[in-house]
Amino acid sequence: MYAIEVDNLTKIYGKGETAVTALQDATFKVKPGELVAILGPSGSGKTTLLTCIGLINEPTYGRVVIDGTIVADGGWHSSIDLKRMRREKLGFIFQAHNLIPFLTAQENVMVALEINGLTRNDAKRRSIELLNALNLGHRINNFPSALSGGESQRVAIARALANRPRVILADEPTAALDTENGKNVMDLLKKLAVENNSAIMVVTHDHRMVENFDRILEVSDGRIVGEQSIVDIN
Amino acid sequence: MNLAIRDIRYHRGRFILTSVGLGLLLGVVISMGGIYRGLIADALAILNANKADIWVVQQGTNGPFAESSRIPEESRYRIATVPGVAAVSALAFQTIQIERMGKPFRFFLIGYAPGSFGGPPSIIAGRGISQKHYEMVVARSMSIGLGEKLRLGQNEYSVVGISDNIVSSGGDPAAYVTLADAQEIQFKKSNHAIRNERAKITANVAGNNSLSQQQAELLTQNIIASTESTHTVNSVMVRLAPGADLKETQERIQQWNYLRAISDEEQTAILAKGMIEKARMQLGLFRVILLIISGVIISLIIYTSTLDKIRVIATLKLIGAQNRVIIGMILQQSLLMGILAYGIGYVVILLTYEKFPRRIVLETFDLQSLFVIVMAICMISSFVGIRKALKVEPAEALGG
Ligand SMILES: Nc1ncnc2c1ncn2[C@@H]1O[C@H](COP(=O)(O)OP(=O)(O)OP(=O)(O)O)[C@@H](O)[C@H]1O
Ligand SMILES: [Mg+2]
Repeated sequence: MYAIEVDNLTKIYGKGETAVTALQDATFKVKPGELVAILGPSGSGKTTLLTCIGLINEPTYGRVVIDGTIVADGGWHSSIDLKRMRREKLGFIFQAHNLIPFLTAQENVMVALEINGLTRNDAKRRSIELLNALNLGHRINNFPSALSGGESQRVAIARALANRPRVILADEPTAALDTENGKNVMDLLKKLAVENNSAIMVVTHDHRMVENFDRILEVSDGRIVGEQSIVDIN
Repeated sequence: MNLAIRDIRYHRGRFILTSVGLGLLLGVVISMGGIYRGLIADALAILNANKADIWVVQQGTNGPFAESSRIPEESRYRIATVPGVAAVSALAFQTIQIERMGKPFRFFLIGYAPGSFGGPPSIIAGRGISQKHYEMVVARSMSIGLGEKLRLGQNEYSVVGISDNIVSSGGDPAAYVTLADAQEIQFKKSNHAIRNERAKITANVAGNNSLSQQQAELLTQNIIASTESTHTVNSVMVRLAPGADLKETQERIQQWNYLRAISDEEQTAILAKGMIEKARMQLGLFRVILLIISGVIISLIIYTSTLDKIRVIATLKLIGAQNRVIIGMILQQSLLMGILAYGIGYVVILLTYEKFPRRIVLETFDLQSLFVIVMAICMISSFVGIRKALKVEPAEALGG
């Protein structure tokens, strides 16, 4: 079974004269544990693709299947509980610091666990475990404002991984980081994909970051124009 | 994990400041309720202290507090003979304003017959009145020392006792003198007026030639005695004998058709409803307005704090938080603000209410109902914030 199946996915923003076709007929599949990069110029539709898979943006046409569940088939599938899917199956990492400013590093991770039904104690234990694994053991009680960009991004990764999601979606997770930190974050994602057997899709501008990826999807003008495995590049 | 408390903890300065402001507002609301209760308590203080069953007053009046009432002093002897009456006591009241230490000094002077009821409720220093004349017991709040002298009317009165606080229905502290002294202060005319009237009466009687010298003198004396008499009282209080019927006794007293017999219950109604009805409406209106203002402030604060949290709310939705998590966060903040503000208001009033110029009576029921009202206002006020929050799209977490 695939972690992600996308079939003729099309997203049109707006209506009539102002309508923008941000994504057109995207079709691909991602296996569990696979690390996929999405490359493409600005405005090509990368974020749109990610948010349609992430159940944040409603697809206009086409079908999206996550971990065997049809979530969209020409619009949301009628019986789908989007929030539940998001908290149970999906993990998000974004460029912007979308950590909650009034929660400490640990609490930012715990909140994802608690809304998914974990008890406070279990959430505590797991969050410490995750933050330790990401070398943030000494930062658990810091608020996001006191964390560096790389540290914030690792907390966001910890939060995205908290519920062992089948799919992790990352939109330019390294854009705000220097090359070294960026590489570290990418290595980490790669390692986690393998460990958790999660499918990971990462949007990036930076070609240097994709060397460890299994596959690259190239997006241009809303279409997937190239699909190559790293093996092909080499 | 409680998101509401985490957010408050992080922004505690802002939260505490707004709660203090709201708290002061609620303090005013609490004190207004207390003032209203104080008005009632003041209005009924003398009534409750005297424990009379019937207040006999001038017919056609709501006396002796709400309206002026004058009846002859001798009616107390007649009333005492009415079947069912166990004890009577005549009272003369008067509000007095004198100058003391350069400031106007107002109090309520009660004249009672020492030995019968209606005197000071309890003496906390000195003694009660024992002489027929020129002794005085004052309420503690008048802050007059034992042995001090006050000039009232044409005589000096020395303070022989301090009573526990007691006030008139208008809230002025009460002082006690003997009935005879009070009558003199209230009803005795000035020497000038007496001389004038005597001359007028003598001249009028002398002008009537049909009277003999002796008749004229007798008539003049009688007229003068009657015009100069101070044997008038404002009310006669009655206590019923055990088992006596209130209604029947009232009716028997009213057979003298210059008297009205008001039961204690009716008197309470006259004072509590009639006299302070306007004050109650006024205070009630202010309280409602202040509560509405509090509600508007709370909803504005909650709304702006929701706007500040749009990204947080979007992020929570993005990671799949249920609506109840988000509604809970906003609602709890609103309620916590209400609880804190209420607590601050309550403590402020608790610490200061004794220093208010008017009596403030804090009743548990009032405090509890205000708390419930404040909680309801908080809930309603958070509605605009919650509506806004529910409209937030998870995609809003992505924007740079
Ligand atoms: N909410 C929206 N409403 C209307 N048009 C939108 C909306 N979001 C994106 N678009 C348009 O859709 C197209 C694709 O946008 P998208 O954000 O997916 O590009 P991107 O590849 O992520 O770009 P970047 O690399 O700059 O992040 C763009 O033309 C954009 O203007
Ligand atoms: Mg983008």
